[in-house]
Amino acid sequence: MTDLKLELKEKIIEQLNLEDVSITEIGDNDPLFGEGLGLDSIDALELIVMLDKDYGIKLADPKEGKKIFESVETMATYITSKKAN
Amino acid sequence: MATTHYIEHYCRITEGRISKNGTLVFESGETEFSDFIKSAYKTLRIDYSKFFKMDSLSKLALVAADLLLLDEPEKNMALVFSNRASSLDTDRKHQQSIQDSESYYPSPAVFVYTLPNICLGEISIKHRLFSENGFFIFNRFKAGNLFDYANSLLAMQKAEKVLCGWVDFDCEKYDAFLYVVAKNGTFTHSKERINQLYQTL
Repeated sequence: MTDLKLELKEKIIEQLNLEDVSITEIGDNDPLFGEGLGLDSIDALELIVMLDKDYGIKLADPKEGKKIFESVETMATYITSKKAN
Repeated sequence: MATTHYIEHYCRITEGRISKNGTLVFESGETEFSDFIKSAYKTLRIDYSKFFKMDSLSKLALVAADLLLLDEPEKNMALVFSNRASSLDTDRKHQQSIQDSESYYPSPAVFVYTLPNICLGEISIKHRLFSENGFFIFNRFKAGNLFDYANSLLAMQKAEKVLCGWVDFDCEKYDAFLYVVAKNGTFTHSKERINQLYQTL
């Protein structure tokens, strides 16, 4: 799971063009939206596309995203649980 | 009798150079636009949290506008921009992402920039402008259209000032020329003067 979290941090930085953010600056439990990384609604859509494209996971209900994209930790937990099913 | 207006400030960005009021303020040998504009953004100490998420046209427009609006107290400023390529460069990127039905993953972050006037929104957000704006597509720089439209906005008291010009980006070629039309300024606002300043780097 540690590798997955590292991978997610790399993907978030690259795909969301977080120019001045490094992997070490993103804590596993840091909020991705609001006061954390400051991601916005377009970023949320990018994360939904990323889940589909890179992990083959389609969100049936976009409202689920609020909990899934809370932090890198919650994303990794969700991806791991989906892959186990 | 028609009121005389003036060009207060102007700037130009093209071929690795950025000038304001005819004075070079930034120069770079970077061949890629993304490197050039990133270097300009950092050197000119522009601060906009969304900068690196924007497409090339918006980056070009935002840097050019920032040169003229950074110390500008007037918020009732209309925006009248024009270009040739519209948002074609970004449109192509979006098209490529939906070309293959087997790998159909359009990027929302790219898609939102598939209109040229989005750059006006970015400038308005950064400088807190709630004013009139328009974006026109011409086959070449047309001073006459910009002149008439700016005069009309000022005559109808739709704005106190107008930020006008040309912001064009396509296939790594970029050209921005913006100027502020106001009641006072250095140059008389005329088609001839606009054309003359456009030729000046």
